[in-house]
Amino acid sequence: MIGTHVAVAIVGGGPSGLTAAAAMAEQIDAEILVVEREAETGGIPRHSDHLGYGIRDLKRFISGPAYAKRLTNMARDAGATLETEAMVTGWAGDRALQITSPRGVRTVTADAVVLATGARERPRPARLVPGDRPDGVYTTGQLQNLVHVHHAKVGSRAVIVGAELVSWSAVLTLRESGCATAAMVSAYPRAEAYAAFRIPGRLLMDGPVLTRSRVVEIRGKGRVRAVVVENIDTGARETIDCDTVVFTGDWIPDHELARAGGLDMDAATRGPLVDASLRTSRAGVFAVGNLLHPVDTADGAALDGRHVAGVVCRWLRQRDEPAKAVRIRPAEPLRWVAPQLISPGAGAAPRGDLLFWVDEFRRLPKLRAVQDGRTLATTRTPWPAAPGRVYRAPWSLVADADPNGGEVTVSLV
Amino acid sequence: MSAVPETADVVVVGGGIVGCAIARALAGTNLSVTLLEARADIGDGTSKANTAILHTGFDATPETLESRLVARGYELLGEYATQTGIPVERTGALLVAWTDEEVDALPGLKDKAERNGYHACEIVDSAEVYRRVPNLGPGVLAGLTVPDESIICTWTTNLALATDAVARGTRLLCDTRVTGVVVGAKHTTLHTTRGDVHCRWVINAAGLGSDYLDAEFGNHRFTVTPRRGELLVFDKLTRPMVPVIVLAVPSSRGKGVLVSPTIYGNVMVGPTSENLEDRTATGTSEEGFDFLVSKGRALMPSLFDDEVTATYAGLRAATEHSDYLIDVDATSRYVLVGSIRSTGLTSGMAIAEYVTELFDSADVDVTPRADLPAPPTMPNLGEHVGLRPYQDARRIAGDAEYGRIVCFCERVTAGEIRDAFASPVPPCDLDGLRRRTRVMNGRCQGFYCGAHTRALLDAQSGRQ
Repeated sequence: MIGTHVAVAIVGGGPSGLTAAAAMAEQIDAEILVVEREAETGGIPRHSDHLGYGIRDLKRFISGPAYAKRLTNMARDAGATLETEAMVTGWAGDRALQITSPRGVRTVTADAVVLATGARERPRPARLVPGDRPDGVYTTGQLQNLVHVHHAKVGSRAVIVGAELVSWSAVLTLRESGCATAAMVSAYPRAEAYAAFRIPGRLLMDGPVLTRSRVVEIRGKGRVRAVVVENIDTGARETIDCDTVVFTGDWIPDHELARAGGLDMDAATRGPLVDASLRTSRAGVFAVGNLLHPVDTADGAALDGRHVAGVVCRWLRQRDEPAKAVRIRPAEPLRWVAPQLISPGAGAAPRGDLLFWVDEFRRLPKLRAVQDGRTLATTRTPWPAAPGRVYRAPWSLVADADPNGGEVTVSLV
Repeated sequence: MSAVPETADVVVVGGGIVGCAIARALAGTNLSVTLLEARADIGDGTSKANTAILHTGFDATPETLESRLVARGYELLGEYATQTGIPVERTGALLVAWTDEEVDALPGLKDKAERNGYHACEIVDSAEVYRRVPNLGPGVLAGLTVPDESIICTWTTNLALATDAVARGTRLLCDTRVTGVVVGAKHTTLHTTRGDVHCRWVINAAGLGSDYLDAEFGNHRFTVTPRRGELLVFDKLTRPMVPVIVLAVPSSRGKGVLVSPTIYGNVMVGPTSENLEDRTATGTSEEGFDFLVSKGRALMPSLFDDEVTATYAGLRAATEHSDYLIDVDATSRYVLVGSIRSTGLTSGMAIAEYVTELFDSADVDVTPRADLPAPPTMPNLGEHVGLRPYQDARRIAGDAEYGRIVCFCERVTAGEIRDAFASPVPPCDLDGLRRRTRVMNGRCQGFYCGAHTRALLDAQSGRQ
């Protein structure tokens, strides 16, 4: 029987939630409950049947399903309770969750709640792409679920919208299901994501990457027949025949529960505001993973989980309330930053990284942090800042902020 | 049930709300009724994509048949909804005036409402408008309240009427398009894509195809001009911003758009209004989106901080006639129910009552049967109307499938999907399942549940 009171309730059994559960269960002798709405834990990697998972957290190079299985086993072996087909549908108090599962409707109270609800790709309607509404239009998530989990057939000729890391994952999945990729369409001036993925990805494609472009219409009654693609600079339009369209990337956190709970939210990430300890605005409620930074790779999300475990264990012992925090504001072309708050005693952010999303490519980026007119620090990274994936900078950039000062602005210089 | 008669007393052509309401009403008499639907499912045309408002008829043209039947339909459908569990929310509406011209129009609209027999409208100042809808954009000058305008589930309405009609003995034939009509001395033969159908009376409730069918009877009374209305549906998190239906005041600026809560807990903005020629053009357009975004932003800027969950377009069967066109031709035993445009959701049951009266006048026996089955109990698709299965502890305790959530965004359970397949008028495709359960209609649009839902649908198809 699953208890109605637990020490820690973790909402979401993906990489960040499972890793948090495993780490906490090793540190404390109390019930750690992971509530997962799908039939299996593991999250999105379960559907991504290709290599590239586990690099930074497990020091391995394994497939998505293998990674999901390994994280599940680690959490279970450490003693956490994993409850699947259980959905948190709302709050019944500051740290009380309403849960529906085939076992019934119940309220679980917890000493600490960790939100690990992840992120999803914006589907076509949210991107306001007009035209007919035929079958054959997917997100990567739906595509990979269809192909890898349900072994369903998709089409024979696809257009991929987006050129983020996940977009190349979609190319691989389409390839596996026998579907050619006729074109990839991206608004950015160059294809995003790591060269390591881009180069083999290109070899698997049958058509071009159309940069500075957008899909302006989908055609087809019943089944997709074509898309119309516009060049953003010239306005020129072309029709590309295809029977499948995959909307990739353009992530939005699954923030419904965070918002329903009235947590302070960040308008830029659309996730909850957190400090370096991943504390939200409500005492005893924490947030990890791609709910905070849509989206980092799975291993990055997992390392949030490891980071938060120590913080949660300290909260269980001390009930330390977060102190007054200083807000970090990104300046364009930095779109968002995570964590957004510097609070005394919170230490450094997970992995010592300050995470950004950028809207412009910079080969050798230089960052400056300024508080109340004073430059706190500047730093260069030897790696580029590129749209479509998380850009990491050292947390030390903002670590010296005056806790009693004003907002810290971080900009690319 | 007894064997299906070779020749039906009545064939109703068109399985939208109007056709289903008429079939249900006539199946409550001793007449045998066949309902023909050209598409694979009932309610898959004009009736599925409207603004889903249960209208008081306050703004109809007074003295028209439409005015009378909308007011009557409001009562009939409201009562039927209570009996069957069609979700209705009595939100009320507020017309908002943004210009002096629109302010000046409010007294005339109040007067018009009263001539339509609706006396509850009140003119309110801008402070009161903002008190009721704080998230409206700047610039409101005044408003007119319509406390009884309500929101309803159009899909469940159509399905309840069809289910009830079938329970009362109506023979429902989907995928059956009428291709020709031969009117004989005593019987009429309808040629259809699935063979001939014989009957005595034909009722034309064919919506977008009603002028073609009318022409088959030798008439040239009207032409249907499909009028496309595009709509944006916003994330459920925006629902608290829109507690009432916010309507535009008709003015020289053209017809404005409405911002309305939906019965599923979302907010919709629309519709556009565009006359087309293609009767299948249910796609959305760049121009339509641009129009809705610019109008919507002015009305309620905060909506656009959130996500659009869905976009869709519906076609209204507009004609050159400004009123309903309901006419009995006793010689050909033919009834036209045309030009219903966009108010058929509200008026459908009143139209059915009216057609029954016309039959009576034409000396057709429409005495109600004594042995009518009870009205169906419909699954609740309303978000704020009673419990949904996922919230219902007692129901889940009795059947765990109601606790197995398949669609996370809309919180649709495996039990509800199973029930839809087992229902008297089951879905035959994904869209039909969506209209019966809301599955995949949420913010992720299938990111999580799309593959699972398709597997359930394929398994069902395999069984049939």
